[in-house]
Amino acid sequence: MTSPPTRAARGRTVLHPLTVNGETKDVPFLPHETLLEVLRERMGLTGTKHGCELGECGACTVLVDGKPVLSCLLLALNAVGTKVETVEGLAEGGKLHPLQQAFVELGAAQCGYCTPGFLMTAKALLADRPRPDRPCLKDALAGNLCRCTGYLKIYEAVELAAERMAREKPPRGA
Amino acid sequence: MAPRKPGKVVGTAYLKVDGPDKVTGRTLFADDLALPRMLWCKLLRSPHAHARILAIDTAAAAAMPGVKAVLTGRDLPTPFGILPVSQDEHALCPDRVRFIGDPVAAVAAETEEQALEAAHAIRVDYERLPEIDSVQSALRTPEPLIHDYGDAGNVHKRIHLEFGDTEKGFAEADEIVEQNYFFEGNTHLPLEQHASLAVKTPDGKLCIWSSTQTPHYLHRALTKVLGMPAAHVRVVACPNGGGFGGKSDPFNHEIVVAKLALLTGRPVKIGLTREEVFYCHRGRHPTLMSVKAGVRRDGALTALHFRTQLDGGAYGSYGVASTYYTGALQTVTYRVPRYRFEGLRAFTNKPPCGPKRGHGTPQPRFALEVHMDRIAERLGLDPLEMRLRHLQPANSLTANFLQVGSMGLGKCLEEVRERSGWREKHGKLPRGRGVGLACSSYISGAGLPIYWNALPHSGVQLRLDRSGGVTAFCGATDIGQGSDTVLAGCVADVLGIDPLDVRVVTGDTDLTPVDLGSYSSRVTLMMGNAAVEAAERARALVAGAVAEKLGVPAERIALEDRRVFDLEDPAKGMTFQEACIAAEAKHGTLGTVGSYTPPRSPARFRGAGVGPSPAYSYQACVAEVEVDPETGEVKVPRIWIAHDVGRAINRTTTIGQVEGGVYMGLGEALMEEMAYRGNRGVVHKFPSMLEYKSPTTREMCEVETILVEDPDPNGPFGGKEAGQGPLLPVMPAVANAVFDAVGVRVDEIPVSAPKVLKALQRLAAGQEGRYGPAGLPAADYGEVTRVLPPWEGGDGRDMKKQEVGAGGVRGHIPGGK
Repeated sequence: MTSPPTRAARGRTVLHPLTVNGETKDVPFLPHETLLEVLRERMGLTGTKHGCELGECGACTVLVDGKPVLSCLLLALNAVGTKVETVEGLAEGGKLHPLQQAFVELGAAQCGYCTPGFLMTAKALLADRPRPDRPCLKDALAGNLCRCTGYLKIYEAVELAAERMAREKPPRGA
Repeated sequence: MAPRKPGKVVGTAYLKVDGPDKVTGRTLFADDLALPRMLWCKLLRSPHAHARILAIDTAAAAAMPGVKAVLTGRDLPTPFGILPVSQDEHALCPDRVRFIGDPVAAVAAETEEQALEAAHAIRVDYERLPEIDSVQSALRTPEPLIHDYGDAGNVHKRIHLEFGDTEKGFAEADEIVEQNYFFEGNTHLPLEQHASLAVKTPDGKLCIWSSTQTPHYLHRALTKVLGMPAAHVRVVACPNGGGFGGKSDPFNHEIVVAKLALLTGRPVKIGLTREEVFYCHRGRHPTLMSVKAGVRRDGALTALHFRTQLDGGAYGSYGVASTYYTGALQTVTYRVPRYRFEGLRAFTNKPPCGPKRGHGTPQPRFALEVHMDRIAERLGLDPLEMRLRHLQPANSLTANFLQVGSMGLGKCLEEVRERSGWREKHGKLPRGRGVGLACSSYISGAGLPIYWNALPHSGVQLRLDRSGGVTAFCGATDIGQGSDTVLAGCVADVLGIDPLDVRVVTGDTDLTPVDLGSYSSRVTLMMGNAAVEAAERARALVAGAVAEKLGVPAERIALEDRRVFDLEDPAKGMTFQEACIAAEAKHGTLGTVGSYTPPRSPARFRGAGVGPSPAYSYQACVAEVEVDPETGEVKVPRIWIAHDVGRAINRTTTIGQVEGGVYMGLGEALMEEMAYRGNRGVVHKFPSMLEYKSPTTREMCEVETILVEDPDPNGPFGGKEAGQGPLLPVMPAVANAVFDAVGVRVDEIPVSAPKVLKALQRLAAGQEGRYGPAGLPAADYGEVTRVLPPWEGGDGRDMKKQEVGAGGVRGHIPGGK
């Protein structure tokens, strides 16, 4: 059973500056609130999902300073002063990010609930390794669970996006 | 009648209509919704597996900060349940709890934390009762009763059917092969936890948004329990973040937030924790099975006898249907001339089991396909060629009166044989590596609705207007399987437009015609047929108006590429929008409807409602495994699967369903189990995603999917199901491959390392290299219902009734078809 709450002292709701998808806003939250809770409940950014609240499923993955982070395990206070990216910030100027476009084309999103987490993890991977091979891709995505696709279309979509991104932006020195 | 031929959409890999929303985070799942002044609900769940509630004190909770309402079982006294024969649930337990996690009380408060604290401030006095943790203990413990209904003691349901004289069939056999099997329970584990938001609208009506696969059945349950007029209750099924059967029952929390919204006059929301989702369960029934098969030397079955014992958990749920399903579909793959089925479901003090992907058929399919492998081994036959020789023919009736239509299993077997290199691999790979084969079949929707009625199973309404826009309304629910995309595709194909031109409005009991729900793989076939009918009617309106304008006969009008034109002179025509304007001018406001009701089954015996379907999908699957003889660990690098889908409406989503089915089957084959503690079998071992093992990218295998398209006359464009069938053959294919690799049989799912190792150790010690159940507890399956198979002159009725009725002549169905 869910254990009874033990937090007697909760602190006060205070405004903190949070930079999410390039915009800095003063957001009110309590000190114990997670980044996931603040994004969803305080900022209305419900694109970031939750599947366990315990760091088990990867659905809540966001980028903090470019690195994939489980937002259910990070206090929002710890995100103050960082750059947070969520799925809502992926498309720029109304144009889908190549990862999003590839996910749509190949049917890599079935129910779509795990999709935001996969997209953010994949974005960080491609920033680091623009053309990952299959084993590297599997390793990078191993912390994100998907119950619909069996992952196969997700691999193909990330690989297609990587290919397109490499074509659009040739590596330095090429 | 031949199915409609596809135009330019159906059969292609056209884009999923909800794709852009899903990749941008714009899809609103139930828990993404919020309303001003919304309250949060939390449930207090039972810490005991079986106990009487002596008293509940809510005074302290009600006085806590932010609390607006507290409910107990007394506030919601009307029982409900998904099946009319199992109305055994209460939104909150009134006097007895039946499993750890059974909801007892509910709180609505300003914040989720306040609701949680208040829920824990509720004091409940329990008197504990004896706990039942297995079928065996249920059979041993007829008292106290977990429920005051059922077939005997704590046995919920007993079934005993015989089609032809199986003893005679066994006497005619060259060999008798008998074995026992066990399939452990497992759960759906959808990524999205169930959530619901209810509101009382200013006109006194109720609206609830929920993560449900079955808005229509939730609508019925709410109407019943709340005592409201059905027309004043609106259920909106949000897109489901995965369902797999786990969101097909009306749930406690849905009824509770509805009641709280009515009481407080404020919106009330609940989002379940992952732990609570494990307690909602409704997953795969743990099932003990025995199989006895009589075979001739060439592998032909002379008779088959199946026994199943299902651990049902604490409530009825779909369990009666699940139990019938463990005996229904054995007959549609290979010829079974005589068939006997005994099944029972017991109540136990564990989270209720219900329908998980494959509903009642993965367990017996596992047993049957491993059994077929055994038979081939015993007879010295190739298991693939043996199956090929004895397929149930297309367009035939089975011993239990299931009407098989198109049947592409032969083609599926040939495909996987060639693609996997079966002939070069089976029995020929080095020790530690092996391949295994299994086949399967699944219904494309059930022939009968859950509650008796003479109404359509699916309805589609189309609206067209002068904008050239088309809106399709249907009660179906997109749970990720892509039903919205199928709806748009079927309509667009008939009207010659792009699927993205069609706006779909689905799963809303106020706006959309009834579709029974996203379960039993029924939506593509049933909604698809309704959509085609509605679209053909709209097409006739448009074509008629254009024909008049062009001065040509309506038969000559074609609709394609967003144009409506003369087939004989394609330059003569107009855009689809202009055609809609012409049609609106001629006919007035444009709208059409289509509906679908499955054909009537020839079966008339009691229990014949489960099994009949408008069309059966077929699968053949080869799994390749690597087994570590030191540890027993099984790795599956690759699976080949051929799936007879009749016609793939959308290639991308069809292959997606097949791959997803293989994935889920692989999880069941190797690791997934809804396991309980050894020392107290009613306590869940690990209600968390970390400890409930499911395949990650590291365990998932490569999959080669082959779509076999043998159009079925009953399917839209010939299409059959794809959502459930492809899961079924994976578990037995893996188990058979393990035998091919290391020579031991694990007759139990999951095929986990310790079991393989145990079997290897036994083999090394000169014993039988097997891990599996020794037998089934003795049980009474009730009085037998005997039905003569069609080829013995049966008419689909109980023989007793056949003798009474007009000398067995009336309604006589000749053998075969």
